[in-house]
Amino acid sequence: MTNKKYDALVKKHTPKENKFKYALTAFLVGGLMGLLGETLIRIYIMLFDISRNDASTYMIITFIFFASLFTALGFFDKLVVKAKAGLLIPITGFAHSMTSAALDYKNEGPIYGVGSNVFKLAGSVIFYGVVSAWFFGLIRYLWEVLS
Amino acid sequence: MILNFRNVYLDNASTVCGPYEAKGPLHKNFDKYYNDLYCKEKSFEKAEIRLLEDSIKILLRKTKLTPNDIDLVIAGDLLNQIASSCYGALNLKSPFLGIYTACATSIEGMLIASTFIDSGKVNNALISCSSHNMSSEKQFRNPTEYGSPKPMTATFTATGGASVLLSNKPSKVRVVNGLIGTIVDYNQKDAFNMGAAMAGAAADTLYKYLMETNTKASDYDLILTGDLGKYGKEILKDLMLNEYNIDLSKNYNDCGTMLYDLEKQKEVMAGGSGPVCSALVNYSTILKDLMNSKYKKVLLIATGALFSPIMLYQKENILSIANLICLEAI
Repeated sequence: MTNKKYDALVKKHTPKENKFKYALTAFLVGGLMGLLGETLIRIYIMLFDISRNDASTYMIITFIFFASLFTALGFFDKLVVKAKAGLLIPITGFAHSMTSAALDYKNEGPIYGVGSNVFKLAGSVIFYGVVSAWFFGLIRYLWEVLS
Repeated sequence: MILNFRNVYLDNASTVCGPYEAKGPLHKNFDKYYNDLYCKEKSFEKAEIRLLEDSIKILLRKTKLTPNDIDLVIAGDLLNQIASSCYGALNLKSPFLGIYTACATSIEGMLIASTFIDSGKVNNALISCSSHNMSSEKQFRNPTEYGSPKPMTATFTATGGASVLLSNKPSKVRVVNGLIGTIVDYNQKDAFNMGAAMAGAAADTLYKYLMETNTKASDYDLILTGDLGKYGKEILKDLMLNEYNIDLSKNYNDCGTMLYDLEKQKEVMAGGSGPVCSALVNYSTILKDLMNSKYKKVLLIATGALFSPIMLYQKENILSIANLICLEAI
């Protein structure tokens, strides 16, 4: 059987994923996270009498804390599987990836385990984040020099 | 080439499983189960070793043998350096052969053991395999607590350890013959659709076997593949019918779809996988049915996706293999 014929066969028996439903779930959950974040910012501004910038940082820290805590308690992965990108794309996904990796490799010790694996998933995000930040910073700098 | 065996019998087998398998429809047939994925150990890897060790202990108890009576141990699993097999077989202190063909390992072991026994080099051989849902996730995919969404075609690595004893002493079940699979490449690259990667290997092996033995699919009471899952099973049936005109609609099933209740246990997606998936079903349920003479002759095809994450990242295809063995009740 040729590979082309085999591919057609595989395609015939591969179920269609409901992408619209996934996108809608991610949209709603992501939106809900945004709403929750904004509410937290407002509460922090009111409670601690701080700037919006500081309040945003506190909000992010809160999100990271709870995503990590829920990962450690063992039910955040089940929420992510249901909410999909709605929870993976916000900062909660980043925290989840680091905590889950740390938990997984704790048995291999602090150096060969947690230390070298904690960025297993988040490493790409950080690396390409830093590289693209450098490029965008350069573009912005050139723009300002030229104008 | 068909390997014919004149004097090889299946003495007994043992199965130990994890919590998901214990909730499945075959739970009554397993010898032992753990309610927790850690199996009273500190890590998932150690849990897998314990599962394999437990299955060996239970088999020795069932067959009333001591480790000294075992001439040869053949074992394999999914972990790097087949760690579970090596550590799990340590206490036996018997001659050891470590093997790997991913989820086709159990039948590979039986084929090697049968060859050794039939040639008169050994009197008996113990074949073990294991897999653990979490240790496999950790090694092949993402950290275990990471909730990555998976497509419907993804399969669920079974947790358990299973052992079987083959010997030259006559018993109720005879190993008739078998076929060592060849590695096939059908250009598959989806690590979340192993059923598709393996169905081609199963078809290849089954077709060759039927041609070379000059038998028909209907000559067997049951033809069973290892872990193609819900969708891989359909690919195989479709392929066999359209390509070779062999009808599998009556006497064919897949262990991956039998180990779990696919309707109720939604977390297993398309079904079970892993070396122990087919072994758990074969050694518990199928063996019992053979001994009760419910089946006379069965074909067991263990399908293995020779999936290497590194090769896949280097843009290579997922290779696969299927090993076949024929068992007969006497």
